[in-house]
Amino acid sequence: MKRTTKALGDVTTGTTQLGQLEPGVTLQERYLVLALHGAGGMSSVYRARDLHFPNVTKTVAVKEMINMATDPAMHEMIVRNFEREADLLATLSHPAIPRIYDYFTHDSSSYLVMEFIEGKDLEAVLRESDEPLAEDQVVKWAIELCDVLDYLHAHKPQPIIFRDVKPSNIMIDDHSSIRLIDFGIARNFQPGQKGTMIGTDGYAPPEQYRGEASPAGDIYALGATIHHLLTQRDPRAEPPFSFAERPIRDINDKVSPELESTINASLSYDPADRFPTAEAMKASLMAVAKETGILVSPRTTATAGLPRNEVQEVWSFECEDEVRGSPLVVDGVVYVGCYDNNLYALDAETGEFIWKFATEGGIASKPASDDELIYVSSEDTRMYALSAEKGTLAWTYYAGGPIRSSPVVSEGHIFVGADDARLHVVNMFNGTPAWKQEVAGPIRSTPLIVDERVYFGCESSDFYCYDFRGDLKWRFGKAKRGITSSPILVDGMLHFGCMDWSLYAVEAEAGWQIWKFRMGRPTISTPAFAEGRLYTGCADGRVYAIDSKGGREIWHFQTEHQVTGSPTIFEDSIFCGSVDGSMYCLDMRSGRKRWQFQTGGPITGTPTVSDNRIYFGSNDHRVYALLT
Amino acid sequence: MTFLQRIFGKATTDLEEASPDGIETTPLDPAAIDGTALSNYILVGSSNSTGVERAHNEDALFSLLGTAYGENAVPSFGLFVVADGMGGHRSGEVAAALAARTVAHRLSADPLMQLFEPNGTADNRPIQDLVRQALRDANQSVVNKVPGGGTTLTAALVLGSQMTIGHVGDSRAYILTQHEAKVITRDHSLVNRLVELGQITEAEAAVHPQRNVLYKAIGQGANLEVDVETHSVPKNGFLFICSDGLWGVVPDEEIQRIAWGADHPQAACDELVRAANAAGGPDNITAVLVYFPPS
Repeated sequence: MKRTTKALGDVTTGTTQLGQLEPGVTLQERYLVLALHGAGGMSSVYRARDLHFPNVTKTVAVKEMINMATDPAMHEMIVRNFEREADLLATLSHPAIPRIYDYFTHDSSSYLVMEFIEGKDLEAVLRESDEPLAEDQVVKWAIELCDVLDYLHAHKPQPIIFRDVKPSNIMIDDHSSIRLIDFGIARNFQPGQKGTMIGTDGYAPPEQYRGEASPAGDIYALGATIHHLLTQRDPRAEPPFSFAERPIRDINDKVSPELESTINASLSYDPADRFPTAEAMKASLMAVAKETGILVSPRTTATAGLPRNEVQEVWSFECEDEVRGSPLVVDGVVYVGCYDNNLYALDAETGEFIWKFATEGGIASKPASDDELIYVSSEDTRMYALSAEKGTLAWTYYAGGPIRSSPVVSEGHIFVGADDARLHVVNMFNGTPAWKQEVAGPIRSTPLIVDERVYFGCESSDFYCYDFRGDLKWRFGKAKRGITSSPILVDGMLHFGCMDWSLYAVEAEAGWQIWKFRMGRPTISTPAFAEGRLYTGCADGRVYAIDSKGGREIWHFQTEHQVTGSPTIFEDSIFCGSVDGSMYCLDMRSGRKRWQFQTGGPITGTPTVSDNRIYFGSNDHRVYALLT
Repeated sequence: MTFLQRIFGKATTDLEEASPDGIETTPLDPAAIDGTALSNYILVGSSNSTGVERAHNEDALFSLLGTAYGENAVPSFGLFVVADGMGGHRSGEVAAALAARTVAHRLSADPLMQLFEPNGTADNRPIQDLVRQALRDANQSVVNKVPGGGTTLTAALVLGSQMTIGHVGDSRAYILTQHEAKVITRDHSLVNRLVELGQITEAEAAVHPQRNVLYKAIGQGANLEVDVETHSVPKNGFLFICSDGLWGVVPDEEIQRIAWGADHPQAACDELVRAANAAGGPDNITAVLVYFPPS
């Protein structure tokens, strides 16, 4: 954008290509431009010499602002606003505010003559360092900034709101002290822009976009600036007002919790939740600096706790070995298999023993039921159909290897996989085999049957889709390790975990891979789905909440050991057990822990919720029932 | 046929139940019978207009639809892109066109061309990754070739019965069902962020002085985060993609009414452009409307 300079004083030379003043130009017959010091947007700053002091070199900064208004009334108004602000600035006196010496307007430009500051602004400091800045230095600067903001806010008769606290407006002089520059006088000079613009301030508080400027806004912007200094994450590159999504200590763990707490308070959405004055924020920062005593800070959204739920054990039942599988609750009876080879039937209300059925191998799967029969698979290679009421044997089916997959009832048949690398489909009434499908490896997950198709993964890393005619519809071969997790189907998309550390989203019709979410370790957990999110566990000890449409992590919760079971959802809680021995109850939306119930051994199964109770087994040999 | 006969290869053929002249017919979809379906085929229409107030058109559009039949046929596929450019001089037009073309080029190469191979599957990389990368490549192209220029971009890649949407900016994608018009993209505008945070209402956003400010756009520079989501195609429904020159002046109910009221999506798009111009046409207008049959 070119512009021409009118003759100023005795200037004969004009401007550079970029419309800036050439060195050698003298303004008002007093200020000799020496060099361009900095330029940005609608203003340029020059290093100049004040010729009224001929015997010495008095260096000043001359800031030139170009008035873009074409409408004469608008033009006039901009000049008047500028002059009023310059008058105001001239009355200020604070070590962090550069002195104003003079101002004048000539044609389409206005000029401010100020104290010249040698140093660099914080934006340059950030650019020159790859790492976040050190806490001590940042706190020192923050205290100085609070001090000058407090001075401005206390101004009589009207508080002065700086409105533009950000790294590029904060200079560090050669004594390492803070200087506030650019009082936004240049803001008057920006023409209203038509059409779409890219980019937002990043540091400004939400209410500023409604046109409200208050001291609390400067406090927010200061918090945003400090956040940037401590994390090296530019808020202009992120969605606005999303600081809560980038907790300081998650990015820079050298920062003290007290400092993080202070900054979080200043970044509250509601101005009323921030520090009431810059003085209060300064006090908080000084406490951080001294590292003494209890930090006095207002309630922050980060620390406000959710109502704590008490957890109550209703009953527990002791078996003779680890209870690794998941319980089934039907008609007031809990059916659960145990590594002592038995399937137990317990009263759901009281935990009283009703019957047990002895198989010849450990039971790690979950039983299935239909009408009056209970179906259970065992590592003794058999699947049994038992009477639900008495536990008497109705029939036995023999597979070719141990069965660790859980049976599924569908269309009058039971579907189950086995270590003999076959999917077995058995008539549910009489146990006669209807179909056997051989695949590439042992099947340990629970098959999913929907719309006359069977979906299941196996230990060879393949995932299959067969139809009821026995035809292979498609095979997904992109997973890199075994698939022990069972699939779920949500809106045309299959989701399952894999030992290659990933949770997959595969389109159910043709088997295309839509997305893949990578976790920290293998997973055998089956995902659960609610309200657009998938919840699953992983051997990295975490329970993850993942957005199902885009495969992005929403939150994760870290337990003390592997999570090998699967989560269960009830109302707005996630229940999940961990190898660390605890059953966790998490808030579904935020991932915060509501309560934790400690047992005597790893929990590897999936809890079942029925009638406001949660049932699960533990490797401490017990089956537990808790009140939710 | 009983269940047992139907499954596991024990099924008897359908001849026993065939019609007397031995000809098999496919039952009609109920929606087709009661007349609410527009067609048994995928239909697409698109329109583009400079609008009333602007002198130049800085929007760009790309629309591709393919259908196939036969043994092991390629599933239906489509690629629909709308881009709304910004920047001084001609930067906006160039940025939008370059971005749209780059995305079209990338997604045609992979997964579409991969799909055409006789035994091809769209299986090489997750589809969402391909869409994300295509938009990132468009971002890099604009940064390199159109300094100072930027553009929104909303692209829909349709494969079989799933569609994957890649999106940056404030152009929008909608799903129009018989009952409602639903926006499935997030406006990356400052005012929308304020609405999300409960700071202002949607009504206030519509007249906010900074409603045109975006916090994300193609061409903004490194580390662009693209929104990518996959949805099932709306059976007996529409996918609708448009720039803010349309959704900013034509209310959702009106879009819904025009889409369902026309005989063909092309007629609907032309009508929508007329409606936007009638409402003042303050910006360039681009629209793509795709109809998916009931089955």
